[in-house]
Amino acid sequence: MTPAVVGAPRAVQSSPQEPSGREQPAPLDDRARIARFDRPTRLLHVVIMVTFLGLSATGMPLLFSEAPWARLLAALFGGFRGAGLVHRFFGATLLAAVAWHVGNVFYRAFARGEKGLFWGPTSMVPQPRDLADLYRQMQWFAGLGPRPRFEHFAYWEKFDYWAVLWGTALMGAAGLVLWFPVAASRLLPGWMFNVALFVHGAEASLAIGFIFVVHFFNGHLRPGKFPMDLVIFSGSVAAGALREERAAEYARLERTGAIASLVVPPPDPRLLRRGRIVGTIGLVLGLALVSLIVYAVAR
Amino acid sequence: MSIRSIRFGLLVAAACLGSGIAAAGQPAPASPATSEDCLACHGDADAKRPDGRSMAIDAARFGTSIHAAIACADCHADAGRELPHPDRLAKVACGSCHDEVAGKYHDSMHAWAKEKAGLVGAPSCADCHGTHDITPHTERTSRVYRDRVPATCGGCHAGVREKYDAGVHGAALKKGASNAPVCVDCHTTHAITRTDTDAWRLRVTGECGMCHAKVVESFRLTFHGKVTELGSARVAACADCHGAHDILPAANRASMVSKARLVETCGRCHQGATEKFVQYDPHPNPSDYSRGAVLWWANRFYWLLIPGCFGFFGLHSALWYWRSRRDGGRS
Repeated sequence: MTPAVVGAPRAVQSSPQEPSGREQPAPLDDRARIARFDRPTRLLHVVIMVTFLGLSATGMPLLFSEAPWARLLAALFGGFRGAGLVHRFFGATLLAAVAWHVGNVFYRAFARGEKGLFWGPTSMVPQPRDLADLYRQMQWFAGLGPRPRFEHFAYWEKFDYWAVLWGTALMGAAGLVLWFPVAASRLLPGWMFNVALFVHGAEASLAIGFIFVVHFFNGHLRPGKFPMDLVIFSGSVAAGALREERAAEYARLERTGAIASLVVPPPDPRLLRRGRIVGTIGLVLGLALVSLIVYAVAR
Repeated sequence: MSIRSIRFGLLVAAACLGSGIAAAGQPAPASPATSEDCLACHGDADAKRPDGRSMAIDAARFGTSIHAAIACADCHADAGRELPHPDRLAKVACGSCHDEVAGKYHDSMHAWAKEKAGLVGAPSCADCHGTHDITPHTERTSRVYRDRVPATCGGCHAGVREKYDAGVHGAALKKGASNAPVCVDCHTTHAITRTDTDAWRLRVTGECGMCHAKVVESFRLTFHGKVTELGSARVAACADCHGAHDILPAANRASMVSKARLVETCGRCHQGATEKFVQYDPHPNPSDYSRGAVLWWANRFYWLLIPGCFGFFGLHSALWYWRSRRDGGRS
């Protein structure tokens, strides 16, 4: 398995430009599996999933403390104190996971000299082509053009990624200030606790709403993906689906010949089943939590 | 004619009827003693018990009390059977008419002290309400009239009364502020409980909010307020920072929330709190720029960011769904 946390699998970047005139390989079968997410990336997604759900469920009683379900939800974790402990545990885990990820990206970029992480078709960094893709997507929505030919990461996926990174950093910082107020007050004035609590709550509302509605729809629930896209669990995608969804990437992989090195065996059915179970639980819990918020706000 | 007096009338009628029925089967007293019979002895201002204590009843004063219409024997039931009655009579059972109030009293700290802990000085009805001179609590002459409540409770709780008189609430009452809280507003009247329980701590915040609604609303925005709302009494609520009986304005140096004492007050929970730490605003208002500029800007920012994000991606998702359906369910 090739690492592809932010960039494309290493095999792609390290493959030299194809010499012209080389014989093109036969087109792949639509059902052939192409590697997309390596094992650490998939694991990172599961860790984020579990911690994010846990953080939401244990933080919401406090954020919506006046909602009729607040005490009940907290009681699931042993009341306010239990919920607070679980919240801190998940928070620390998520911070550690994201810190590991960021460290890993820099390690790959600078220690191992991996190319394409910070710019180029396989990078997570927003680039001019993302604006163009967004514009073309709008045209497609309006019926004024064909579906854009996406690269390795589409603009909404980049938005998701940076939202998680930014949100974790900001909420993590605010969370630590609230966790260790006396220590924090050596560096910051006390009114920063007010700001930290507000930002932690506002960013949480944004994150919960975004992940459990927008990310769920874009990644899993929209027509064509419903009820969920298993690629984040299986790590590979069918060649036919890749050709249709990420035409630019597929063309590039064919052009460079890298596609051959990305073909992987079909995923273990047990892995798929596990993914389906974990994914379903995540979707159901996330939608349940967002319903609680809608209920609290609409009341 | 209030509901209470109607109810009382019915009770008296029922009592008469009941005693009539009982009389049919049992050897009845020669004739039930009337109040005039009682006053024949007790009406004499110099009337004394065998031990020398006065047993005089001021009939005129009793006539102005709320119980004026009741006969002596209605309360002193064991005095009316035979005259002269025994030296020692049973304690008057107010609860035989005021059963609801008696129930509350029975569960109270006062009743516990008196009946279970054996604290003979603990009050029962008459200690607060008086005896033959009871008037409604709405009348200035009543011992439980609002303005007189601190004096009545202070009869036993002298130290607390001293603190109360020194605090803002006592001062306001003295100035004649009719809405200034007296003892019973926070502690209730008959159902007075311990003040060191979680239930009490959680309830009293709402009590402060009855007058200080805006202040409690801002408290609810804080971690302290939210945890309190969740039913945990482990964090600071009103009295933990402001004190209880001796609440003083922040401008007063002696106040727990004065600049001079904030580090000490916050430090009671947050060991190691410093001058910097106490710059925390325990009553924030994100829409008040003067209370905190950064919080105001953060509030502004998120009020743009959150609707902006959900608006954009909501529309994005809706359009995507619509386009996908039109294109035959493909992504």
